[in-house]
Parts: sequence; structure tokens; C-alpha cells
Amino acid sequence: MTDATIQTLTAPKRRAKPRFRVKTSTVVMSLYLLFMLLPIYWLLNMSLKTNTEILNTFTLWPNDLTLANYATILTDPAWYMGYVNSLIYVVLNTAISLMVALPAAYAFSRYTFMGDKHLFFWLLTNRMAPPAVFALPFFQLYSSVGLFDTHIAVALAHCLFNVPLAVWILEGFMRGVPKEIDETAYIDGYSFGKFFVKIFMPLISSGIGVAAFFCFMFSWVELLLSRTLTTVDAKPIAAIMTRTQGAAGIDWGVLAAAGVLTIVPGALVIYFVRNYIAKGFALGRV
Amino acid sequence: MDKTLNQKAWFLVLPVLVLVAFSAVLPVMTVVNYSVQDTFGNNKFFWAGLEWYAEMLQSERMWDALVRQLMFSGIILAIEVPLGIFVALHMPKSGFWSSFCLVLMSLPLLIPWNVVGTIWQIFGRVDIGLLGYTLDLLGIEYNYTQDIFSAWATIIVMDVWHWTSLVALLAFAGLKSIPDAYYQAAKIDQASRWNVFRYIELPKMMGVLMIAILLRFMDSFMIYTEPFVVTGGGPGNATTLLSIDLVKMALGQFDLGPAAAFSIMYYLVILTISYVFYTVMTAMDKKEG
Amino acid sequence: MDWMAWTWPTAAFFIIIVTTLVIFSVLAVKFPETPRKGVLGMETTRGDRLFITLLGSAFINLAWLGVVSVNQPYALAVCIAYALVVFRWV
Repeated sequence: MTDATIQTLTAPKRRAKPRFRVKTSTVVMSLYLLFMLLPIYWLLNMSLKTNTEILNTFTLWPNDLTLANYATILTDPAWYMGYVNSLIYVVLNTAISLMVALPAAYAFSRYTFMGDKHLFFWLLTNRMAPPAVFALPFFQLYSSVGLFDTHIAVALAHCLFNVPLAVWILEGFMRGVPKEIDETAYIDGYSFGKFFVKIFMPLISSGIGVAAFFCFMFSWVELLLSRTLTTVDAKPIAAIMTRTQGAAGIDWGVLAAAGVLTIVPGALVIYFVRNYIAKGFALGRV
Repeated sequence: MDKTLNQKAWFLVLPVLVLVAFSAVLPVMTVVNYSVQDTFGNNKFFWAGLEWYAEMLQSERMWDALVRQLMFSGIILAIEVPLGIFVALHMPKSGFWSSFCLVLMSLPLLIPWNVVGTIWQIFGRVDIGLLGYTLDLLGIEYNYTQDIFSAWATIIVMDVWHWTSLVALLAFAGLKSIPDAYYQAAKIDQASRWNVFRYIELPKMMGVLMIAILLRFMDSFMIYTEPFVVTGGGPGNATTLLSIDLVKMALGQFDLGPAAAFSIMYYLVILTISYVFYTVMTAMDKKEG
Repeated sequence: MDWMAWTWPTAAFFIIIVTTLVIFSVLAVKFPETPRKGVLGMETTRGDRLFITLLGSAFINLAWLGVVSVNQPYALAVCIAYALVVFRWV
């Protein structure tokens, strides 16, 4: 507590003199960004080194630059199938979540109906529920219906927190669309389905994009459920990474490279979602 | 916005209802069923009544995990919230540098949780990690697999690294909604920087900050992957948080009964906090709307 | 449904919960009510008060089990008292 609070209390006072304002901000932001990036840089750095270099010499950048670690991953099915498996269930999950969430979010944003508030709250509790509580019953459930170790099992399991997330985010966006648009369309003779697809969805396309992104992200980063529900055929990259660590003599270079590759999807789209990240994490409520 | 009363809207919600009932209600019911029975793993169950609940309530293991969990959540909130506000106050308000900061700050938020663990596992190692190596060079005793203090410091710094940006981004969103006129008025009144923060910025940020605090509390309360990858709950049980303990019990030892009773109590706590969260959010929506 | 390991008491428990929900839904349709502000300073409807009652009862039962640990049914009496308080003043 102490350090951070004292800083917040004193720093604004220092900023009172305009002459120093720019300077303090720059210093603060540079330090913070350095703190953010250093661990990531280190991972990248290690992924480009040979294991000999990692273990025998301590170097701040790769002296002996190599892409061998990446080559190992991209040529070994045991590794790259992890990415394929993860991608399959993540995409499945995103599609399912959006498909069921879109009409529901519309209902919540436009209508009142019996129990709507309680339903909305109940959805939220599922976003907040610890996956650890659900791991065991999910394991039993999907084993009993014969879906254990399939992509669809993980995709459905992740709906637990992604459907509520999608509903909340989409509802946040839909509230911004004036209701007059709906009414005009109905007067013009549009059916609900046609109105929704032709007029409404383009209007909230950024919201759909953001919701899709967050479903993708949360399904992609989750480990506990995906690891519990798979053994071989649908084993995600995250589980492959942790299991490799158990073996004696960890291949640090390959581990680091695998880590870097999992960051790629997020890093690719980060620029496009930069203004929505706060909104998405706050369930559309910012 | 005025909403119209329309009971047919239920049909639009039905798919969500069915799906979430399948993946949430059935499992919760199952957990309740397990929690009152004993099993020896052959799918034969024996009635145990409230025995497991009584056992869990007396169990030092669970209370210790709860205390550790509350400590962890408390510490990270105490660091992340002030630090997040502090960073938000120093972020460039617009233009290229604003985007630049946003993008780089968001990066940790989008990294898979187990990779976050891996990053810090490597970063903190004395032999190959920058942090561990530097600390060792400075003569500071640091070893997160052996030393309790190091292990705690590592998972806390890791969480601060991982999530402070979220608090900062939310606080920043709150700051951006303050009209310039407020600042100009403050300037005319010659308000000190502290007073501007105390009477203009903080009240405007209060709503989003509540969300940030509740989100961070909830998510830290169910944290599993990151500390598990780094410390595996050790040394000993020093960093065994609630979720780690629960998974150990449920999937490691397959103690269905106690694990289920534990789950139910854990879930009740979460439900309570969610309700507070929801009340705050609806109050906020009302204030805006 | 074998894997869910149903027992009569838990089934009865869920049936009671569901019945309560149905009763309250019917009540909500038959006698609509406006939210009111109680001692907690937040607006609550009948449904909210039911939720607070159920959640609180769970904690009361756990506390009884942990502290008194005998005569569990008496905890229900406390719950009923608690329910009356919630429905009257929250």
C-alpha cells in the first residue's frame, strides 16, 4: 500500500507547477511501460536463443540468433496441433456465444419482461463463478454424454463465462442505438429477422466485433477447464505448455517460443480494439 | 431509455437460458448432490448428510486457504488501485502517444494466463531470468520456489504487472469524460493539484473505479492459472489459494464430497459479491441514464 | 442422469426452491409491485428480497453448523425470523 499511495498523493502536487508537468508524466509513463514490456521482452529474447546460450551465458539479447525453437514448434504435430485444437474450440465458442447472445442482448436492451433483472444478474454470476468450482462437474457431465476430449466440450464449457460476457457487452452497445430506428423499420414493413440482420447488426458492428474479440480472448487464455476436459485429441496449447514443464530438463527456448506464439493473436488485433479494451473488460459498462 | 413491456422477449432470451442452464445449473446441482454424499470412486454414493460441510468448516486447510486468498486479494487491490489511478493521471489525453500508451499497456491483459505464469517463472529464475539474476547480482536472497516471501512477492508483482493496466484504463475512461470546463473553472479558482484530484477527478472516476475494484476483487478471488504455473501452490502450501486448493482436492485427490462442500461455500461467497457488484452497476446505469 | 448422483433430500431441496420461484413469479404477475427503498438504501422488489433471504439463509445455516453444530433444524427458525425481517424492512 505505502509506496503507491504516497506516490498518488504527492505526485499531483508536484505536477501543479506547469513547467514540470510534461516531464513527470513522461517519466512516469516510461517507467510504467518499461515495467510492462521488460518481462515480455525477456520471453521474446529467450525464444530466439539456443538452449546452450540460455543456460550457459547470461545475455541481454541473443548473441546467437536462432529461429530453431519456432521451427521445432511449427514442424512437430505434438506442438502445433495444440494451437489448432485451441483455435478450433475458441472459434466454435465465439460463434456459439455470439449467436445466442445477440437476440438475448437485444431483448435486454429493448424490453422489460418478467424476471429480466434477475436473469441478467444470474448471467453475471456465471461470469464471476470460479472455473475451479465447475471443473469437476464438467468432467463428469461431458464424460457421461460421451463428449470428453472433444473440441465441442471445451467450447460449450467456456460458454459458462463467455455467453454472459457477450450478452453484457452487446447490451451495453445496443443501448446506445436509439429505439426510434427499430420503430421506423417496423413501420416500413420490416420483419424482426430482416430488421435485425439488415439494419440493426450493421449499426452495432463495432459492438459485435468487440464482443467477438473478448469471447475469443477469454476462451484463448483459459487453462483450467480446457485442460480438465481434454486428454489427447483436443488438448490445447496451454495444457501442452504446462505439461512440458513437468518433465526433467525443460526446453526453455521452445517453451518461450510457444509462449510468444500464444501472444500473437492478441497482439495482432490490439491496435484495433485499443479504445474498447476498458469497455470489454468492464462488461460494456464504461 | 424507456423500455417497452413485452413478455415475448422471453423467446429471444431462451437460447441463452437453455445453454447456460446446461453449463451452469446442472453442474451446480451436481455439486450440491456430491456435497451430501460419500463415494469410493466406483460411482456408488452413500448419504453423508452435512458431514462434509461440518468437516470443511472445521478444516484448518480451508480456512488457511481463505486467509491466504483474502490476503492476496487485499494486497493486490491495495497496490493496483492507487497505482492504476496514478498511471491514468499521467497518461497522454489524446493523439498518437495516447494510442501508443493504450496499446502497450493493454498487452499484458491479452496474454494467456498460463503464459503470464511462464513469463514470470522464467523472469524470476536466478539462473536465466532477468529479474532473478539482477536481484542475485545485488546480493538479495531471492528464490521463489524455496522462500515463502519471494514466492509471495513474485505472484503479487506478477498480478500487478498483469492487471494494473485494467484499473488504469478504466480510470482513464472516467477521466476522459470530464469536460474541459471543469478544469478551467478550477484554474480560475486557483485550485491546487490535490484539490482538482480530490473534488473533480476522483468523484468523476468513482463509478468506474467501483467497477474496477469489484472486477479485480472477483478475478483475483478465483485466480488459479498464474500462481499455479509459477509456484504450484508452494513452497509447501504458502501460495495455495482457494482455487488451487479446490482443484487439488477435486481433481488431484478426487475427494468429491469435501471438494463439493468447499465448492458450495466458495460459490456462496462469490454469489454475495456478485450481488454487490450488480447493485453497484445498476445504480451507476441509473445515474447515467 | 446417473452421474449427477441424485438423492431424495437434495431433489426435495431443489423442488422447494423451484416451487418458491414459481410462486413468486405468479405473484409478480398477479400483483405487480413497484420497487421500494429499504434500510439498505437500495431499491428492492419482492424477488430481490427473496434472493437476499435465500442467500442469507445459506450463510445462517453454515454459521450454525460451524458454531453450534448440533440441532441443525433450529437454524431454520433463525432463517424464518431473518426472512421476516428482510421482507419487512429491506
